[in-house]
Amino acid sequence: MIGPEALDDLVAALKGRGFRVLGPTVRDGAIVYDDLESAGELPIGWTDRQEPGSYRLDRRDDEARFGYAVGPHSWKQFLFPARISFWQARRVDEGGFEVREPPPEGAPFAFIGVRSCELHGIAIQDRVFLEGRHVDRDYEARRRDAFLVAVNCFEPGGTCFCVSMGTGPKAEAGYDLALTEILDGEHRFLVQVGSERGAEVLRDLPRRDAETLDLQAAGAAVEGAAARMGRSLDTTDLRDLLARNLEHERWDEVASRCLTCGNCTMVCPTCFCTSIEDHTSLAGDEAERVRLWDSCYSVDHSYIHGGSVRPSGRSRYRQWLTHKFGTWHDQFGTSGCIGCGRCITWCPVGIDVTEELAAIRATEEVSDAND
Amino acid sequence: MATAAETLSGAMAPRPFRVVRRQRETGDTWTLELEPVNGEPLDFVPGQFTMLYAFGVGEVPISICGERGGPLVHTVRAVGAVSEAICASRPGAVLGVRGPFGRGWPVEEALGLDVVVVAGGIGLPPLRPALYECLRRRSEYGDVVLLYGSRTPADLVYRREVEAWRSRFDLEVDVTVDRGEGDWRGKVGVVPKLIGSARFDPGAAVAMVCGPEIMMRFAAEALLARGVPEDRIYLSMERNMQCGLGHCGHCQLGPTLICRDGPIYRFDEIEPLMKVREL
Ligand SMILES: Cc1cc2nc3c(=O)[nH]c(=O)nc-3n(C[C@H](O)[C@H](O)[C@H](O)COP(=O)(O)OP(=O)(O)OC[C@H]3O[C@@H](n4cnc5c(N)ncnc54)[C@H](O)[C@@H]3O)c2cc1C
Ligand code: SF4
Ligand code: SF4
Repeated sequence: MIGPEALDDLVAALKGRGFRVLGPTVRDGAIVYDDLESAGELPIGWTDRQEPGSYRLDRRDDEARFGYAVGPHSWKQFLFPARISFWQARRVDEGGFEVREPPPEGAPFAFIGVRSCELHGIAIQDRVFLEGRHVDRDYEARRRDAFLVAVNCFEPGGTCFCVSMGTGPKAEAGYDLALTEILDGEHRFLVQVGSERGAEVLRDLPRRDAETLDLQAAGAAVEGAAARMGRSLDTTDLRDLLARNLEHERWDEVASRCLTCGNCTMVCPTCFCTSIEDHTSLAGDEAERVRLWDSCYSVDHSYIHGGSVRPSGRSRYRQWLTHKFGTWHDQFGTSGCIGCGRCITWCPVGIDVTEELAAIRATEEVSDAND
Repeated sequence: MATAAETLSGAMAPRPFRVVRRQRETGDTWTLELEPVNGEPLDFVPGQFTMLYAFGVGEVPISICGERGGPLVHTVRAVGAVSEAICASRPGAVLGVRGPFGRGWPVEEALGLDVVVVAGGIGLPPLRPALYECLRRRSEYGDVVLLYGSRTPADLVYRREVEAWRSRFDLEVDVTVDRGEGDWRGKVGVVPKLIGSARFDPGAAVAMVCGPEIMMRFAAEALLARGVPEDRIYLSMERNMQCGLGHCGHCQLGPTLICRDGPIYRFDEIEPLMKVREL
């Protein structure tokens, strides 16, 4: 067990080991992930209120450090940044060129406040970038030494559905340390160790052994969260349900509301589409290749000579939803969704994936009968 | 074993290859032969493609269309900025190459069977390495048939080579054009029409088809009508492609990634997806 003051020691212990420490903090009316100088920058006493298309911060009547759900940021912006440079090249003799690949920048990261769903999100991106035939060199360098301090949820958001996705609210694996914040009685944190590195860092913190009462209080906090999910989703055979319903009329209906703005893909912790751009200097003797986040909501995403494969909003919304919840299984052996609710909260028109999927399930028989 | 660093670099960094030969095929299509500036030539299986980079302009997927063990050969149609820059590359110029990527034609599975190659327009180049393989191991295949069509006679690629193939006794070649212009004295009509009368045993044949999607669809129908089983028909699919590594998300075709699971697909795997509009 550690007290709230020990979080400062945690930040210091990680910094002392050369980590760039990142965690939740309040900026411009939202809880975002940014560099932490000390644990005093955590969102102390703040919570978030989330509904489809709406997010706002509220004061809590306690000093909770992790009394919110998730904000618009996810850890992917550090492991898989929105823009990276792959390489630079310059012209050499006889029309040739030489490519320089700078070593990926890899200040090792320490993330404080990783939710259980987010651990699953990182594991999903690991599958895409590390566990296929080709390894993404930049992701690998950023991910390799990342130190993960997980936090179990006790205050789920109005758009959360991790229980349905089997990704939370309790961190089960994939962390170095996991904290459970206990507000009931003395303000304290149960610390669970997930790795040798984690154990070593914990030895630097002022602490005491956990007692039965502590364990009970921690268990109750997480169970309470599981019971208060803002959303739920029936995931039975979801992949096959979607594969059978590619011509469902719900796609037209949702397309009439969707702005194809791509916000949902930007906030989603697992979305990984990128575009590769090649640039050249004005003189034409230097070139660079960069990678930028892209979105399947753009018409250009599917452009081939002669036109876009998915010119309609209907086909682009369908691509997003069927990929995330269906074909991701075929491609990577896992769902692409961790139930964090970000896409629901940050959709400007409040489109709710759980509602869209439920609507397709509920009306499937009708479309079958029409075949 | 390669170290981790070796396997990792090169996935995004193109290797320089020098253009050693450039030949015009049609008004807008050129064939380039490339040799590595240093290091090993590229090994590949028929049907694979590379990501071909024109310095500072960009990179696009292009099928390999030469013979294994020879220079790297690409036949490219100039349709936009990158393909134009590639086509304009004269001998001596250097292009970047990544790959090879993708799953190839079923040249091994076809051993002992008849082989029907159906190509439309610029669809012949990606099939040529498969034909070379059949001819190299000619005695191990049954009848080998090439059915080739294009819009006009001026759009036919590899004309001399196709003429030379015509005179071989161990290869049946049939060529047609949609519109017979100029002094064309050959067949006129779409290429799927050639399937009905070609000489092969449908029950013991493998078909490899490449061309515009609509042409592949009609070709597959004609092959099915002849009695070729749907799991012995193979097609090559196209989508936007940016990385070739299965990471950029652009080449998704339903549950598959074309750079990883394609570009060559078995018809029975792909047919349900081809039917869905804008998938
Ligand atoms: C597996 C595969 C093999 C191919 N083999 C050949 C070949 O052997 N010979 C040949 O001439 N062409 C081939 N193509 C098509 C070729 O890649 C496109 O013609 C080329 O990308 C056009 O790029 P551009 O910049 O010149 O044209 P633009 O139309 O200006 O394209 C802009 C960008 O869109 C994308 N794009 C456009 N068209 C395509 C397309 N058809 N496929 C994928 N991405 C596209 C590219 O990222 C391109 O840089 C192949 C395509 C695929 C997917
Ligand atoms: S699809 Fe929505 S709920 Fe699921 S992981 Fe992405 S942002 Fe979170
Ligand atoms: S679902 Fe919402 S967030 Fe996503 S593209 Fe449509 S309008 Fe934008």
